[in-house]
Parts: sequence; structure tokens; C-alpha cells
Amino acid sequence: MITLEHYLTVAAMLFVIGIFGLFLNRKNVIILLMSIELMLLSVNINLVAFSSYMNDLVGQVFTLFVLTVAAAEAAIGLAILVSFFRIRGTIAVEDVNVMKG
Amino acid sequence: MGAAVFAFYLFALSTITGGLFTVLSRNPVHSVLWLILSFLSSAGLFILLGAEFVAMLMIIVYVGAVAVLFLFVVMMLDVDFASLKAEMAKYLPLGLLIVIVLLMELAMGLAVWVPSDGAKMVLGAPIPSDTHNTAALGLLIYDQYFLLFQLAGLILLVAMIGAIVLTLRHRKDVKRQDILTQIYRDPDEAISLKDVKPGQGL
Repeated sequence: MITLEHYLTVAAMLFVIGIFGLFLNRKNVIILLMSIELMLLSVNINLVAFSSYMNDLVGQVFTLFVLTVAAAEAAIGLAILVSFFRIRGTIAVEDVNVMKG
Repeated sequence: MGAAVFAFYLFALSTITGGLFTVLSRNPVHSVLWLILSFLSSAGLFILLGAEFVAMLMIIVYVGAVAVLFLFVVMMLDVDFASLKAEMAKYLPLGLLIVIVLLMELAMGLAVWVPSDGAKMVLGAPIPSDTHNTAALGLLIYDQYFLLFQLAGLILLVAMIGAIVLTLRHRKDVKRQDILTQIYRDPDEAISLKDVKPGQGL
């Protein structure tokens, strides 16, 4: 018998893997974006699992919105990355210091 | 062990494996492929949960659009990825420490968590038993959540315009069609009559 806790465990592990990826790939922005996608995926698993086990459809509606925001974020992030690479010729995070922030 | 339990463990294992190798893989192209595995198997988890529409949307949007976009960018950029990976071991201890702390916190939260007794009373939209998942979601989105649905479309529009504006560039060394100069061309200055003598040329 698969319970809600099983799904929550999978989502928690996926979220932690996403955070691990943020720390492990400090220099590669593409992998950083992929880690963020993994974390959003784990949030989606949480939402759908709660929606299914609590018998409430609203969780699945919110999954759609999270999906929309994730897709928009990936598109904008990669566009910024491409134009940055065109100017500087690298994607290392340490070199992103044009604005002296 | 029933088929559903087996399917759950299969999908859960491949989701976690895909996520882990996305992060650990040395080649970013392999990372994207592991990410696709993770998305596909989480779509399987969604089907097991009875959310077919979200599962299909995961496959179409994440695998079909987002992951392919990542693949495009990874292959288009000419980056020396080996040098970016060189210092990976430096951040490993700190990352592992934070991962362990976070996992313990989540486990402690999960261990004592129980749903409230009144949770079943305050449902936003109970899942109807007589309609399909897609139809029920459609009835909900196009009725109660119509404004949010439109705003989600607006977010996508802004993202699309932003991505185009960011990546569009005009290259000087490429010949382009300029329609206005074509339209305003005058036959008087476009054509000139020459009186060519025989055997001389222009």
C-alpha cells in the first residue's frame, strides 16, 4: 500500500538533490538552472500527491501554474545566458560581475 | 507486491536516479538526458496518483519544450565544460553537510505530521467521481480560476517577448531585404539609357 508519505519522501529527496546540485555546480549556470527545475518538479509532486490523497482538485490547478512559471523561468534564464555568452564568451558564474553587485 | 506498488517504486527510483545524475554528470548533454528521465518518470508517478492531465502536460511541456531548450543551449554554446567541473570536489563537503541537515529537518517534519481532522471539511474543489480528470480540471480552470489562467498566459507572453528581445541581434554583415527602399524605388533613377557605340562597350 502506497501512502502519501511515500510520495512526500520522493519529493523531499528530489528537492534536496536540487539544492545539492546548486552547491556542487557553482560555476555552471546551465546545471544551476536544471537544479532549479528539479526543485520545482519536487514541489509539483508534492502538490499532486496532496491533491490526490486529500481528494482536492485545486492542487492540480496550482501544479499548472507552477509549470507555467517554471517554463517561463527556463526560457528567460537561457535567453540571458545566451546573450551573456555572446558578450563575455564564458558562462562561469564568477565572471558575472559587470554590474559590480 | 501489486503492480501499482511495483510501478511506484520503479518510477520513484528512476526519478531520484535521474535527478542525482543530472547534478553529478560530467557532460551537460548527459545531464539534460538524465533530467528528461526524471521528468518522464515523475509523469508516471502523476499517472499513478490519478492526475493524467498533469502527467501529459509534464511530458509535453517539460520534456518537449524545456528539456529540448536546455539541450539546444548546451549544444549551441561553445563552452569548455571540463574546466567548469574542475572545482566540483571543493564544494562537495559543504553541499553534503547542507543536504544532510536539510534531509534530517524534512524527516523530522514528516515524522510528526498528521492531517488535521477538519482538513476534509475545507476542500476547495472535491475530485468528482463521475468525470475524467481532464474534464474536471477544465471545468475548474475555465470557471473558478479563469483570471489566474489568463495571467498564466500573460506570464508566458512576457517570457516569450523577453526571450526574443534578449537574443535578437542585427548583424551588419548579412544582407537583408529592405521593403521600404524597394517600394520607393523610382524608375527614373533605377534605369539609365546609354547610347553604346558598336564595338566599344561601356
